[in-house]
Amino acid sequence: MDFPILLTILLAPIVAALVLVFVPKEESLTIKSVAAVGTFVSLALSLYAYFTYDQSLGGLQFAMQIPWIQDLGVTFFLAADGISLPMLLLTNLIGFSAIFASWNINNRPREFFILLLLLIAGVMGTFIAHDLFIFLLFYEVVVIPIYIMVVIWGSSKRVTKEYAAMKLTIYLLIGSAFLLVGVIALFVKTSAMSGVPDMSFTGMAVVAQQLSGFDQIWLFGLMLLGFGSLISMWPFHSWSPDGYAGAPTAVSMIHAGVLKKIGGYGLVKIAVFMLPAGASFWAPYMAVLGVAGVAYAAMGALAQKDLKYVVGYSSVSHMGYVILAVACLNVIGLNGAVANMFAHGVMAALFFSMIGFIYEKTHTRWIPDMGGLARQTPRLAVGFMMAAMASLGLPGLISFVPEFTIFIGAFDVYGGLAVVGIAGIIITALYVLRAGANTLFGPPRPEYDHLKDIRGPEMVPLIVLGTVLVVGGFLPSLLFDMINSGVVPLHAAISDVLQLGGKL
Amino acid sequence: MLVEFAMMHAWLVPLLPALAFLVIVFLTRPFEKLSAIIAVGSMALACVIASFAAYGIFTNHEFTEKPLVYAANWLSLGIPGVTDSLLVQVGVQLDPVSAMMMFMVSFISTFIFLYSVGYMKGDPGFSVFFSYLSLFGASMLLLVISSNLLQMFIAWELVGLCSYLLIGFYTHKISAREAAKKAFVTCRVADFGLLLGLLALQITFGTLNLVELGEKIHNFQEYTTIGMLTLIAVLVFIGPIGKSGQFPLHVWLPDAMEGPTPVSALIHAATMVVAGVYLVGRTMFLFHEVESAMQLVAVTGAFTALFAATIALTQREIKRILAYSTVSQLGYMMLALGVGSLTAGMFHMWTHAFFKALMFLAAGSVLYALHHKADVWEMGGLIKKMPITGWTFVIGGLAIAGIPPFAGFWSKDEILVATLAEGHYVLFAMAAFTAFLTAFYMWRMIFLVFFGDEKPENHPQESPWTMTVPLIVLAVGAIGAGWMGTPWNNVWAEWIYFGEPHHGPINYGAMLLSIVLAGSGIYLAYTMYLKDTKKKRARKLAEWFGPVHRMLYNKYYIDELYLWFNHALVDGTARLFYLFDLYVVDGFVNGIGTFTKSSGDGLRVFQTGRLQNYALIFFLGVLAVAVLVTFTGPSAASLVLGGVK
Repeated sequence: MDFPILLTILLAPIVAALVLVFVPKEESLTIKSVAAVGTFVSLALSLYAYFTYDQSLGGLQFAMQIPWIQDLGVTFFLAADGISLPMLLLTNLIGFSAIFASWNINNRPREFFILLLLLIAGVMGTFIAHDLFIFLLFYEVVVIPIYIMVVIWGSSKRVTKEYAAMKLTIYLLIGSAFLLVGVIALFVKTSAMSGVPDMSFTGMAVVAQQLSGFDQIWLFGLMLLGFGSLISMWPFHSWSPDGYAGAPTAVSMIHAGVLKKIGGYGLVKIAVFMLPAGASFWAPYMAVLGVAGVAYAAMGALAQKDLKYVVGYSSVSHMGYVILAVACLNVIGLNGAVANMFAHGVMAALFFSMIGFIYEKTHTRWIPDMGGLARQTPRLAVGFMMAAMASLGLPGLISFVPEFTIFIGAFDVYGGLAVVGIAGIIITALYVLRAGANTLFGPPRPEYDHLKDIRGPEMVPLIVLGTVLVVGGFLPSLLFDMINSGVVPLHAAISDVLQLGGKL
Repeated sequence: MLVEFAMMHAWLVPLLPALAFLVIVFLTRPFEKLSAIIAVGSMALACVIASFAAYGIFTNHEFTEKPLVYAANWLSLGIPGVTDSLLVQVGVQLDPVSAMMMFMVSFISTFIFLYSVGYMKGDPGFSVFFSYLSLFGASMLLLVISSNLLQMFIAWELVGLCSYLLIGFYTHKISAREAAKKAFVTCRVADFGLLLGLLALQITFGTLNLVELGEKIHNFQEYTTIGMLTLIAVLVFIGPIGKSGQFPLHVWLPDAMEGPTPVSALIHAATMVVAGVYLVGRTMFLFHEVESAMQLVAVTGAFTALFAATIALTQREIKRILAYSTVSQLGYMMLALGVGSLTAGMFHMWTHAFFKALMFLAAGSVLYALHHKADVWEMGGLIKKMPITGWTFVIGGLAIAGIPPFAGFWSKDEILVATLAEGHYVLFAMAAFTAFLTAFYMWRMIFLVFFGDEKPENHPQESPWTMTVPLIVLAVGAIGAGWMGTPWNNVWAEWIYFGEPHHGPINYGAMLLSIVLAGSGIYLAYTMYLKDTKKKRARKLAEWFGPVHRMLYNKYYIDELYLWFNHALVDGTARLFYLFDLYVVDGFVNGIGTFTKSSGDGLRVFQTGRLQNYALIFFLGVLAVAVLVTFTGPSAASLVLGGVK
């Protein structure tokens, strides 16, 4: 057997978390270093996996299978393809950066980092699981640490952190309840049809794609509710701004950066892949909701005065593009959807980490209380502006090409509706530049003269995520060749059904 | 050998300043002199390569027909023929137009960079300034040599980013911050149109490579209808409206002078604003097919030229006057393109680059000497103390006014003739009248600033050599840059044209008219602002036309209108959306929560865990049954209690 690379990637943070249990709680530097090493191992290995994946071969690679519950056809099945590898890499880029963004945590650091590591591992698990049961297992695992972390290390602003934590958790649990019903029904139907229970994505999909149009439609509807609320599809988005605002920096980074993307990932790799006829029935509605989310949340962001709320609404807006892209159901659109999730993840994580530092140093996130920080903390300002520019889709940074491909895919399929979505780039520019200008530029305030710029470990998020922003912007094929190698076969598998379309 | 190398490695031209940006940012930021040397040196080297490449292009007539293109795949999605697919290439396209631009941009940038060494001396952000300048130059050069419209768009936006950074360079100033934001957002609105146009082009024709697009659009009937093509052309044109400061998106350009003066020179002369004109020139194959789009371009250009000139008449700040003159001159260029003369449009861009860079840098020299006092009414007689600055500015003034043999005359004449030849008499009249206004307001400024009485409170001094050398070099250009395009021997038109080179008869009438208009404009300015030392007539005129004067001085209140639109309409709507989100969407979510909680509270009464309560409920049940039995008889009782009798 080959070196089990995916398993190692998955276990490294868990091992680190176990080690932390035995580290004395006063030794905060040791605690942070262990966490950093654990995530670094995962990051290095996932980079290795990313660049050794054979794109010309395509398909599932680095696979490992351990039969588990045979009556239900459940296997512990880890594998990666061109869609999951970028998401895995994204998780690790953000996870590694999140450790350093939390470098100044002094309140119970040991517990904090244990939970953070478990969270990272859980998110990774969803992206490399190739079995629906295992996928759901990881998916539910990630909800618990988030709740605890928000309640203990969060911050209360417009809403209390308890409210934020509750809202975040319950909202997502209700969403996943719909998903669970859908998955169980799907399992019952497919195993009855084939006679052999099989929970693996591909095994299930082969059968599920044969389901009648009606079955596919209502099953897809349930999944859309579940995955849709996770990716903050309008109007199931309202957990997102409050949740991010209440959460500690690292949780905001991971939640907005990758956890949310499980929704989009699930839509593409589970819902669309298994239920193409259902997808083509729901696609126009998804497109409308996606565009509504883009415009609505962009306007919402414009009205915010708390930095975290600005980015919170903006992430809802950006996810609207992902939903619109999935709704295109063509190769360009699906490529754009996955790529935009990656791009937005990097951008949002950088944004939240910079805002986290600002909050840590100034003790405020209220934009009118700030101004002129660029003079006092220039490096922080650079990171902030890079994230801001990526957010408004500046060419040369990572978000532009994914957005461009989405626009091409959507313009082709939805025409005028897509134009409304594309108009979002104007509003985005407006709120992002306004937030940046009012925070960083203008006359410096004397009360912030003593602030120390980010340095040492605090620089890691800027260096890691900033590099990815720029490299991905100038060499988009590094990302797109990989995604394309996963999207093309997926599209080929469903294109016959798609052409028939879903009808009630 | 060198020429060959330069032609095949033209990508070095943008790459060198881009590298300079990286080196300054990451390595040499603490060492100011070194940073400046790297920035100026890399741009100068880029200029040398560009000159060799341009020499190669301009010695071989093949390239006017068939451009030199080399490209690499940048992004490839899907499988062509099997699924929907997208292929984007990036590369270099060299032909006379891009070679001319590449040389012009790098040449003028080099001298603006050199000038900045003196101008920015002692500024705490000295190195950062040079890194931004380098990135600016690199982006513009990338735009110029692009072989693909998406590549061009990327560079286009990077140019916008650099202008944002440089306009807002004095980050502590609120005015700079707002001006930078305004520039970015205004251009963004325009880029939205351009982006839609590009998407439509990609979807309709399946490529964004300039050469392929040119061929396919020539036979556009195979792909789409004329209506769709018109729409595409209009959408594409919205981009240049923003970038090149055409009405109604010109508002950002005058504010852009909030940046350091070399930036203004760079934005107004060599980079940024000419990008829009260049884009229209580059996509001439698209506009050429659509008559109505051409007219839109021409009318927008002519109107902007006149409109901006009227505003410039009343402005007081030296850089603001120059800024509106830029808007006006860009209008001329658009007009030329709109009447179908790529030759005239590019020619005016070429000459304008020299005299406008010259005038901005000279204005910077004045500001430098007067410690950033900007009001022309507070200056006077500067030419005695600052002879180089003064006389070079005069040369620029003669060039922009259109006095032969200075550069501006030839290119403006070319535009007027082309407009007339196409039969656009109204546009011709507008352009001719603008020429008169231009001469007037420019010389109003020159007489006020450099001639007349010296003001005792000013203590001007001539600027250092790094600032005056660029002035002299650019002044040479402002004199001679037009001689290659005289009507008697028009070398320019041999090389730079769309379709067929144009050889019209020499129009002496138009030439005479434009000289007369320019001369009378200057003479009027002379009588009002120099001869009349008290400026009585000027004041009286302003009083007589009070409302008009106020409207012009306030730029037709367009900025106020936009500000109102932005604050009242956009922000108001945003506020509404947010309230809707808080109270309706979130209210619904919280409502579910409250409902769940209150139903839980309600049901909790039945689950208190106290025996007494359970006994009470039990007792009430028995009582209810007893009542039932008493009033309805045994049959109902048996229904409730089953078989119990």
